[in-house]
Amino acid sequence: MKKIVSAALAASLMSVPAWAESVKIGFVTTLTTGAAVIGNDMKNAVDLAVEHLGGEVAGLDIEVIYGDDGFAPETGKQVTDKLVKQDDVDFVAGYIWSHVLLASRKSVLDAGKFLISTNAGPSQMAGKLCDQNFFSTSWQNDQTPMAMGEVLNRQGVKSLYIMAPNYAAGKDMVAGVERTFKGEILGKDLTKWGADAQLDFSAELAKAKASGADGIFVFYPGAAGGAFIKQYQQAGLKDILPLYSVFTVDAISLPKLQEANFEAVLGSRTTQEWDPTLDNEANKKFVGDFKSKYGTYPSYYAAQSYDAIMMIADAVEAVDGDLSNKDGIRAAMKEADYGSVRGDYTYGNNNIPIQNFYLREVVKDGDGTWTTKVVETVFENHQDSFAAECSLN
Amino acid sequence: MDLSLIVIQALNGVQLGLLLFLVASGLTLVFGILDFVNLAHAALYMVGAFVCASFTFFLGNFIWAVLAALPVVAFVGYLVERFVARPLYTRDHLDHVLATFGLILVIDTLVHMIWGPAGIAVPLPDWLRGQITLPGGIVVPSFRLLIIGAGLAAAGGLFWLVNHTRLGMLIRAGASNRTMVSALGIDIQMLFSLVFALGATLAGLAGMLIAPITEASMGMGNSIIITAFVVIIVGGIGSMKGAFIAALLIGLIDTLGRSFLDDLFKIVMSPAAAETSAPAVSAMLIYIIMALVLALRPQGLFPPKVR
Repeated sequence: MKKIVSAALAASLMSVPAWAESVKIGFVTTLTTGAAVIGNDMKNAVDLAVEHLGGEVAGLDIEVIYGDDGFAPETGKQVTDKLVKQDDVDFVAGYIWSHVLLASRKSVLDAGKFLISTNAGPSQMAGKLCDQNFFSTSWQNDQTPMAMGEVLNRQGVKSLYIMAPNYAAGKDMVAGVERTFKGEILGKDLTKWGADAQLDFSAELAKAKASGADGIFVFYPGAAGGAFIKQYQQAGLKDILPLYSVFTVDAISLPKLQEANFEAVLGSRTTQEWDPTLDNEANKKFVGDFKSKYGTYPSYYAAQSYDAIMMIADAVEAVDGDLSNKDGIRAAMKEADYGSVRGDYTYGNNNIPIQNFYLREVVKDGDGTWTTKVVETVFENHQDSFAAECSLN
Repeated sequence: MDLSLIVIQALNGVQLGLLLFLVASGLTLVFGILDFVNLAHAALYMVGAFVCASFTFFLGNFIWAVLAALPVVAFVGYLVERFVARPLYTRDHLDHVLATFGLILVIDTLVHMIWGPAGIAVPLPDWLRGQITLPGGIVVPSFRLLIIGAGLAAAGGLFWLVNHTRLGMLIRAGASNRTMVSALGIDIQMLFSLVFALGATLAGLAGMLIAPITEASMGMGNSIIITAFVVIIVGGIGSMKGAFIAALLIGLIDTLGRSFLDDLFKIVMSPAAAETSAPAVSAMLIYIIMALVLALRPQGLFPPKVR
């Protein structure tokens, strides 16, 4: 018996080189804790991208290895180390959370591999910590709230109350809206974040209401966003304190809010670099196939993850599958001509997209499903504020 | 900073305190009477929220769902006692921690398999979705008042049960000398199962009450279980009265800290420094209180009289 097993084992080992070689992509996201809902959306998008590519590029099989960061920087770094050292992947992509990306960046970049953020955009990595092998298919954290600050100015909002979680991205978001908003900021709360994040905002909402501000700006990604919206409605603030949010109301929170009928969210506005209604071929295919495969609208997390896989595939194609040609891969990615679902964009010197930002409104679609649509373009070809601090050119 | 804001924040603090009490009371019962460290108490809190969420969609009404879910959680608590806790009573606390930590992982994964990773938003009936205006023009969400009412009712019921019923007498007797109680012909195993199920029910109730505010989600118990341990350490392990007072104290300190600490700090330091330090200090505040209590009164504020 033992002999047969070992023979089979040897046979299977020997058969490995007979497979087509593969391009290995490590994908780090959150697959446990309450934030797993985001990770799942990203994973679905990656699987869809691989499916659209037919599972191979330039004669190489696409092999995606998922890693779970457990919503914690230390776990994220561990799983990144495992992907880089043990699995020896060619690309590491993913990362929802800025603090996880900041903790993990060195493991990837020091090994000379490519790192592609499909969400997190900490200011440090757009500026002083920029790297020729680090690319983003999302944005720098400050950009989206900067667009929201501009919207607030245009709408004549004079005073604002701000709430965000107390971690790297939360601080960037606050800095972003403060950079463009010209009115007065009447109060600010940074709440506890992480696996034991604060989700009961009663005290903060009472303060916000008492501040008498014209509006409230919040950044609560993932499950926290749904929790915030519910308490916002329960506190009856819709007419007193209009809601302006970034990364809070999205395809992750809307289905649950609709199911529980929290109508306060309809009509609320948010800024983003992508929307399911953007009119281009790649986006129509992505949104249509995502909806028919998974039954929900994709979120921007999904769109950015789909883009990352497409960008990698485009670059591997450009070097004819020669993965040792790092310069060729880098140059191909830098062109950003892979057909992004957000439409065309370019890369700045720090490899952060220079792209449009849109104002989106929550509406019911033709089937009555709650989703978003583009209201107007806030910024055209917007570059982040930290590019000048980056020494690359 | 006007008076009505202080009143609202105090109400918010009381509401948080009562939720903490529901979790901490079960923890202190099990820890104080069964001498069993139950980290998985938080998982029962989560199970309560998920079961209630499913029942809400099934029965179409949140209140009926809570009433239907309570016995389910009690039964889950009984199963945990029977198959995990009972074989471990004679072992030391480290084994309890290991086993119940493993149980957290098992229950988390089961929840993931049954309900998926997305979490469930729990809808409320219309009469609970609005706000109520109290005298003095203070507007509070009606559901928050319901939490305060339910918390007080549960606390009252628990005190009555422990202090004025035969079962309560047995529980107290079992806590002071379990060998003697069983020698007198009382089924101590049964008693312990009941206490465990009771603790599970209270934790489950807390989970059900918080679910419409946040949502039923995986790992939702992680944040409250740590605070609940702080509560029972501050209150005195095994003391119901201590758990009640400490829970309200911690709830109020946490809420008022989050509300007013930055304003206080601005008196003594620059606004920028206050803005960065206030969230950090308010997140630490309850642990500072716990450290103080441990240093000055290690047995807790209201240790049980008979041990």
